[in-house]
Amino acid sequence: MSVPRFWRELDARYNLIGSHCKITDTYHYPRRSFNPKAGRESIGNMDDYQFKGTGEIIGATVVHQAQEGYEMFGPYCIAIIELDEGPRITSQIVDCEPKTVMPGMKVKSVFRKLGQDSESGILHYGTKFILIELPKTDNNDEETLNDIEL
Amino acid sequence: MRDVSIIGTGITKFGELWDKSLRQLGLETGLAAISDAEITSKDIDALYIGNMAAGSTLQQEHVSALIADYCGLTEQNIPATRVEAASASGGLALRQAYMAIAGGFIDIAVVGGAEKMTDVSDSESTYAISMGSDEQWESKAGATFTSLHAIIAQSHMNKYGTTREELSAISSKNHYHASMNPLAQFPFTLNIEVISNSGMVSSPLRMLDCAPNSDGAAAVVLCATEKAKRMNKKSIKIIGSGQASDTLSLHHRKELYKLPAIGIAAKRAFQSCNKKPKDLDLIEIHDNYTISEIIALEEIGIFKPGEAAKKSFEGETKLGGKIPVNTSGGLKARGHAPGATGIAQIIEIVQQLRGEAGNRQVKNAKIGMAENHGGTAATAVVHILEAE
Repeated sequence: MSVPRFWRELDARYNLIGSHCKITDTYHYPRRSFNPKAGRESIGNMDDYQFKGTGEIIGATVVHQAQEGYEMFGPYCIAIIELDEGPRITSQIVDCEPKTVMPGMKVKSVFRKLGQDSESGILHYGTKFILIELPKTDNNDEETLNDIEL
Repeated sequence: MRDVSIIGTGITKFGELWDKSLRQLGLETGLAAISDAEITSKDIDALYIGNMAAGSTLQQEHVSALIADYCGLTEQNIPATRVEAASASGGLALRQAYMAIAGGFIDIAVVGGAEKMTDVSDSESTYAISMGSDEQWESKAGATFTSLHAIIAQSHMNKYGTTREELSAISSKNHYHASMNPLAQFPFTLNIEVISNSGMVSSPLRMLDCAPNSDGAAAVVLCATEKAKRMNKKSIKIIGSGQASDTLSLHHRKELYKLPAIGIAAKRAFQSCNKKPKDLDLIEIHDNYTISEIIALEEIGIFKPGEAAKKSFEGETKLGGKIPVNTSGGLKARGHAPGATGIAQIIEIVQQLRGEAGNRQVKNAKIGMAENHGGTAATAVVHILEAE
């Protein structure tokens, strides 16, 4: 990805900055300058908002055929998370056995490396999520965790 | 508004067509379509091209001019327009031509769809397909196109109890239909057990739940119905057309076990011709994944929400069943060449309504539907055709 394209979203990606609409009192991620539900009245009424980073899993899958740049993570869990403030986000769930991630589980955001353009290219950092409470299975020993996520 | 009919079709085999370029595929199907319609290039008022990914797979944009040029249509400086809506590009190109003729701007248009997905590596073509979802906020987060459909499938399973065997039955049925289609990429049968044990791509979706990334092209000739009658053409009328959009990202939808744009586009198509789901004799569905066919059948109103998987498993959508679905083999087994897929679906319906579908002919087929969508159904386009 080109540098400006990543750079202009840095605070959204690093710090979960989205928007709060003063007209409808609703939250949006990623940042929007226009709330479709409020129409043009919302322009100028969308303030930056930093999400708390806590939420709940709505849907999840374990990716076995990773996309380019994600091979080192595979198999990894991709989930749709509903943040406590309302908006939903697609992200990777790390530091757990991927197949144990289920809808309804509580998660919180962590700052991680997302990838890099090439071996000498720029690094991309951003937000991933971890389970607040690890499910009780036989696989939750130290060794397995290290195997899954570095 | 004027009535519009399809008077000619041309289609290539779908698959790994390494010896053929995009322009060659466009030329072959275009010529086949105008030969079938028994017209000459001088009769054509406009060209519409459905293509999704030439920019990322061939480093070639401006494919409308490219195809027009190599089809010899720049001799007459024909208006040529490319339409892009991810995998719905073909269906949407058809709709643009339909509206131009119905609106009285032109009389005859050629609508072509063409795509080359195998000139690049698997990972590149797979990434090109995922550009139909939100590149910045889905793909860049590590979500593959299959993983988004896997979340949809898992959500449908949790909501309605849809099973692994029911997903496999969709793929198996489409392979059975493809075994009777000489132009299909995979013209052979596959049993449920083999499908259920194929490699995991993104849980719960396995390799044989997923449509391939194919090369292929398809073209149709559209003509104002009154003119087609004057010219004494064999024709199939487009009686209904509907289109809808939805959020680009799956995560911005309220319910993950639905694809609402499909239902809305279908409703608009039904309203435009005053027909109902029970009037249909056959349907081509955009089964880029097995789960998509199940949900689309529920959205269109063929089955109640939660019942499509069970009814399909019982054989209601198989040739000879109550409502045959994807008699071409669908995206799964005929192949999926994004820009061409929407047109290939239309051609299957035309062949069925003409009674020229050979071994896979649906008896007494009078009315058929084609449902084509892009991304996780952020664009859906539906057409209803009737034999005259």
